[in-house]
Amino acid sequence: MTRAVTVLATGPQVLVQDLGRPGNAHLGVPPSGALDPPSLALANRLVGNPGGAAGLEVLLGGLVLRAETSCSVAVTGPATPALVNGVPRDSPLHLAPGDVLALGTPVGGLRCYVALSGGVDVPAELGSRSADLLSGLGPPPLAPGDVLPLGTPTGVPVGVDVLVPVRVPDVLVVPVLLGPRDDWFTDPAGQLRAGRWTVSDRGNRVGVRLTGTALEREPGRVGRELPSEGLVTGAVQVPADGAPVVFLADHPTTGGYPVIGVVPPGALPLLGQAPPGTPLVFAPGTPA
Amino acid sequence: MRLRRCGTNAVLVEVDSPGEVEAVRAALAAADLPDVVELVPAARTVLVETRPGGLGAVRAALAGVDPDHRAATTSREVVIPVRYDGPDLDLVAETAGLTPDEVVDLHSGAGYRVAFCGFAPGFAYLVGLPGPLRQPRLDSPRTRVPVGSVAVAGEYTAAYPRATPGGWRLIGSTDAPLFDPRRPEPALLAPGHRVRFEVVR
Repeated sequence: MTRAVTVLATGPQVLVQDLGRPGNAHLGVPPSGALDPPSLALANRLVGNPGGAAGLEVLLGGLVLRAETSCSVAVTGPATPALVNGVPRDSPLHLAPGDVLALGTPVGGLRCYVALSGGVDVPAELGSRSADLLSGLGPPPLAPGDVLPLGTPTGVPVGVDVLVPVRVPDVLVVPVLLGPRDDWFTDPAGQLRAGRWTVSDRGNRVGVRLTGTALEREPGRVGRELPSEGLVTGAVQVPADGAPVVFLADHPTTGGYPVIGVVPPGALPLLGQAPPGTPLVFAPGTPA
Repeated sequence: MRLRRCGTNAVLVEVDSPGEVEAVRAALAAADLPDVVELVPAARTVLVETRPGGLGAVRAALAGVDPDHRAATTSREVVIPVRYDGPDLDLVAETAGLTPDEVVDLHSGAGYRVAFCGFAPGFAYLVGLPGPLRQPRLDSPRTRVPVGSVAVAGEYTAAYPRATPGGWRLIGSTDAPLFDPRRPEPALLAPGHRVRFEVVR
């Protein structure tokens, strides 16, 4: 029998994600991949998969799966109740054929990651199985009735005593390295240091939108636009209204608004987990 | 040439013209630096992103680049068949003070080069557009531009690989396979390629 799981229900959004498809930005293709790569990699390790195997990124819980085969499962990220046939279980856990896994609502973050032994074996596009909602690459969001093929397990699940869940702090302090267009702003470091923001509910995998202090441009730059230029993940782009957007994995590959600074990769997973309403401050610095 | 830092692992190389962008992009591509992850030309910049620790080699390679001198590269030529049946063909002709047939002759007679891609996978900004066809975007963008539309805006012409919203002026359509992620080379057009449009009647 082929190894597979069947999706019985989803919450707001369940996506297949691996570590993405970097290296294609010159073709207009975003890097994509898990917004919280350490959590996906941990889940994969726990079930004996290579770190880059495809798993599920589950936004705000609600996923219900039925195992069609015997498999190991790990759920990582924020603390998320996991029930097997209605009984609460800790990760990693084992499913026998017919067992039903249901995820509750995560606490302290938005996205949990589910790794299944063998990995989700949907066809790769440009070397990745990640769903890229901006450009329509990879599998569409999962829906009830979907059958997900699993690959052949290559490793042994890792036993653990305790998993430390991800938890977004009460105030998120986000480092940002000035540039490339900090010179478009009056006292960019001072404005970033003094400003106060909250995570808006209009964010998605493209970017985290922030409401709060409007960043002011140098008088000579007001009303002007940049010719389109390449964007990195973590770029803090400031549209004309001054409300910053921090770009995440599905960001457009080029843009025409000035980027005041860039959030380093290590600080991005928590941004991808920050619920709407999270207070946020920036800690500006200069690249080494 | 000016280098602008872009976080820990990237630098934005700023130059003055699309020709200089192509010179920098081609030189860095030819240098084939192992730690470069992304090399993204755009209108007046080239973004170079590396694995951690890779920026030193990029700076060293850039020190030897003359942006006035375009590297001799073996660039592929792509021919795109076009039916000049776009809904804005008459508007483009009127704006240019030409007949629609003259617009077709101008657009299909010119040689283009892919300056950069962006906006959507496989969407290539082509430079080389004849002066009379360099026209503003529509006052109000369409909510859906059909896949395969051939369009002009500003100094660029392009073909839409997928149906998206868009404000460019549409002069024709093509069946060319502009983007297919299952192909070994998913995008028909990549930076540096030369492009011609061929009239299909």
